[in-house]
Amino acid sequence: MRVWDIVVVGGGPAGLCAAIEAAKNGARVLLIDENSRPGGQLFKQIHKFFGSAEHKAGVRGLEIGLQLLKETKELGMDVWLNSKVCGIYDDNVLWVVKDERKSFQVKGAAVILCTGAVENSISFEGWTLPGVMGAGAAQTMINVNRVLPGRKVLMVGSGNVGVIVSYQLLQAGAEVAAIVEAAPRLGAYGVHTAKVRRAGVPFYVSHTIVRAEGDGKVERAIIARVDERFKPVDGSEIAINVDTICLATGLTPLAELAWIAGCKFVFNRVLGGHVPWHDRYMATSKKGIYIAGDITGIEEASTAMEEGRLAGVSAAAAIGLIDTERLEKIAGEIWERLDALRCGPFGENRKIAKQQVMAGGDEQ
Amino acid sequence: MNNIIICRCEEVTEEEIREAILSGCTTVNEIKRKTRAGMGLCQGRTCRKLVEKVFADETGIEMEKIQPSTYRSPVRPVPISNFEEDDN
Repeated sequence: MRVWDIVVVGGGPAGLCAAIEAAKNGARVLLIDENSRPGGQLFKQIHKFFGSAEHKAGVRGLEIGLQLLKETKELGMDVWLNSKVCGIYDDNVLWVVKDERKSFQVKGAAVILCTGAVENSISFEGWTLPGVMGAGAAQTMINVNRVLPGRKVLMVGSGNVGVIVSYQLLQAGAEVAAIVEAAPRLGAYGVHTAKVRRAGVPFYVSHTIVRAEGDGKVERAIIARVDERFKPVDGSEIAINVDTICLATGLTPLAELAWIAGCKFVFNRVLGGHVPWHDRYMATSKKGIYIAGDITGIEEASTAMEEGRLAGVSAAAAIGLIDTERLEKIAGEIWERLDALRCGPFGENRKIAKQQVMAGGDEQ
Repeated sequence: MNNIIICRCEEVTEEEIREAILSGCTTVNEIKRKTRAGMGLCQGRTCRKLVEKVFADETGIEMEKIQPSTYRSPVRPVPISNFEEDDN
């Protein structure tokens, strides 16, 4: 068994920031990621972030990713790529499968879980046809692998993921035939929605996909208007010829390891379902296990980075590298920034949801 | 009833899940044991919420009251040949 001060699982925005803060404060850190390159979703974010300057407004996600990777290198922490954390046992011992070859037992005095989220599916007739995919998968194909998933796309869901990926599909050379939204209102920030609308993409609110048709692959999508109970209205079907259907229907926190470790969970609809309970230092109910980023509830890269910093500092404090006074000062500063990020029509809901989670919610 | 697939890995349909509930399954864990929904390669990462939705629809139980099915190691698909431990 190999032992580190702090082991960080997941090298996305939260995990990178957690590892950087822990290492800056003198911890021996191991950062584990299952991909061949850390950065999580950051390298798919070719658009500029907005908010205030201290939250990297005007900077593209991938540039933030490069900066964070540079910091991890300069700090000289251990980074295991192509490494899957498959299990977690008592006393913060992790089972890691490295390079699809061998198993390792790895222990951290503290473990920070930054495992992110997984895309939601919706089921409809024909949804298993080739050509139906998560919007995030399409984004990976165009922005990371530079492969166009199809020529003509229907986007299901008008939230930020739906409209941002739609715009990037247009940039990559695809046609976006329509964006459908089951709710009566569009779901994304106006700035992203307007860009897609200006490009001429039609939006269908109070509509859903009812069927994908085609011979061995997607050739057509059938959409329909929905009533106030979200049931399709007979006779309102519209056929749209597309070869790709992208599902941008929300995300679910990926919290299997926290579950297996026995962390207390709280259900919160706004945050994407069951999330591990945590306190204001990102500590879970299990001693030595911390969480940050989308595993704590679906938010954004900017909040994930702040939570990661907080978890890194808290874990370093827990092993005696930072005294209480300094921890309080840093935590206070990070909470100020988190509160500033969680404002506005979308952020305010998340702020309330986060408070509900920390207050305990309905115990599971 | 319909034959829309809910669990792609194990090819379990919505109809089979509804039948499992009508035959007496009272939790999503029981649905999993009876139908294998969620027991395939992706370990329910795609269908977990879909199964819960069908369960909620069939029983009238709210989503937040549904106890999720159990998570177990390994949480990623790995071949058994990778279980051998590096002894360095």
